[in-house]
Amino acid sequence: MRLRSLILTLYLVFLTLPIYWLMNMSFKNNSEITNQGLTLYPREFTLKNYINIFTDPAWYMGYVDSLIYVALNTLISISVALPAAYAFSRYRFLGDKHLFFWFLTNRMAPPAVFALPFFNLYSAVGLFDTHWAVALAHTIFNVPLAIWILEGFMSGVPREIDETAFIDGYSFPRFFVKIFVPLIASGIGVAAFFCFMFSWVELLLARTLTNNMPISSIMTRTASSAGMDWGQLAAAGVLTLVPGALVIWFVRNYIAKGFALGRV
Amino acid sequence: MDKPLYHRAWFLVLPAFLLVVFNAVVPMMTVVNYSVQDTFGNNQFFWNGIGWYQELLDPSTELGGRFYDSLGRNLLFSAIILAIEVPLGVLVALSMPRAGWRVAACLVLMALPLLVPWNVVGTIWQIFAREDIGLFGYFVNHILGITYNYTSGVFSAWFTIVVMDVWHWTSLIALLSYAGLKSIPDAYYQAAAIDGASRWAVFTTIQLPKLRRVLLIGVLLRFMDSFMIYTEPFVVTGGGPGNSTTILSIDLVKIALGQFDLGKAAAMSIVYNLIILAVCWVFYTVMTQVDAQRPKEG
Repeated sequence: MRLRSLILTLYLVFLTLPIYWLMNMSFKNNSEITNQGLTLYPREFTLKNYINIFTDPAWYMGYVDSLIYVALNTLISISVALPAAYAFSRYRFLGDKHLFFWFLTNRMAPPAVFALPFFNLYSAVGLFDTHWAVALAHTIFNVPLAIWILEGFMSGVPREIDETAFIDGYSFPRFFVKIFVPLIASGIGVAAFFCFMFSWVELLLARTLTNNMPISSIMTRTASSAGMDWGQLAAAGVLTLVPGALVIWFVRNYIAKGFALGRV
Repeated sequence: MDKPLYHRAWFLVLPAFLLVVFNAVVPMMTVVNYSVQDTFGNNQFFWNGIGWYQELLDPSTELGGRFYDSLGRNLLFSAIILAIEVPLGVLVALSMPRAGWRVAACLVLMALPLLVPWNVVGTIWQIFAREDIGLFGYFVNHILGITYNYTSGVFSAWFTIVVMDVWHWTSLIALLSYAGLKSIPDAYYQAAAIDGASRWAVFTTIQLPKLRRVLLIGVLLRFMDSFMIYTEPFVVTGGGPGNSTTILSIDLVKIALGQFDLGKAAAMSIVYNLIILAVCWVFYTVMTQVDAQRPKEG
């Protein structure tokens, strides 16, 4: 028993130490970071780094833009994945297994391969540097993932429910929205969480398809041009953790099942 | 249970299908197109046939040597992180508290690294591991007295990207395993206790078989993601020192966007994708077979 809590504690300390250090840095000014050696807590506590971000549109619009394309992407991915997952979980049809595998391979395709062709494609259709470009590009890995997760959750719902509803005279769209969607609400929540997560953390495609729109790319720029403004960089980093922490809190009870793609 | 055959289900899949075709097939055709041509700039292209592929797969050429080197590094990286993350993740999952508020607290804390944007993961470790301002780097250099600098030492650089990945992704395996462990009914443990089974016997005969499915998903996701990892090592080491941490995707982006050698980059992309496709297929086959066995196991 004691060994178990020791392992867990050590692991959690290992997880939180780097984050603690980031937060510590974000409340320091640069002279303290570079000149005063290592200080375990900010000697001259300052909010300057955060105030900079919240008052400069170039900074805070980065967060807004990122959140816009992430939200768009989640919406698109879930709405096309829902019917597709239903089809996979309820029916056999021509080429279903191959199609499912093909979807899966797209989840695994390296973004580095797609960066350049995506740039060409989205420039050609006139979407370059819009939220739509990033939102659509991110569907390449989020749609397959959402289908995978939702299919797992849907297969847990007995087919008798569908059949009963159809006998009771429900049309397919009405059945789907009124009865089926509420039944797998937790699954939809988990799938939305994963779409949010992978769209939020991805940088390579988001940076290639826009002129410095995502916050993460603004961060890289500013930090390197100003001769490493460590405090500012750390503050921006801390703020990118906030949306993630919030959504984790909402799905905390389903998160483990979600990571198993609804298949336990 | 047999699912009914219903070809019109295709209409339900159609929106997702069209979206992924637009995103996957159209760009892939561009890549194939580039991979068989050569260019001298000014958008003038020449047919080059399979020339790039021959060069890429021949280790004696400059491009081929480079490709095999970065492929080797990538496989080494994937092997190391799998060897650490899978046992560690299972161990952490086994150590999780059974119930109460501490479970929720652990889950939230553990999931946090997964939600950090990938370049911020790089930034966090850059700050954490620097010898002058980083807690970890300072500790190793000045208190343990070991020279550690990830921008100049090959071993330090590798150590940093491996520990970073362990920090970032072990929680995925832990959460998966935790979900698997939660699905074991209490009756199994009670039966084991009556039989007087040791802790080890409980693990190998009850817990491990239940974990097989989720671990398969975990290994698949971790292998694939470590095989296409780009941002985190790029931010921390930029592929250096020298080329020592230049893995496949970093090398690819260097060729494609750095040198703008479209033909070479495209040929490399295709081969890279084929490797991934092959591994994916193996996992998928194993996974569907395990899925098919499930009803029999009850």
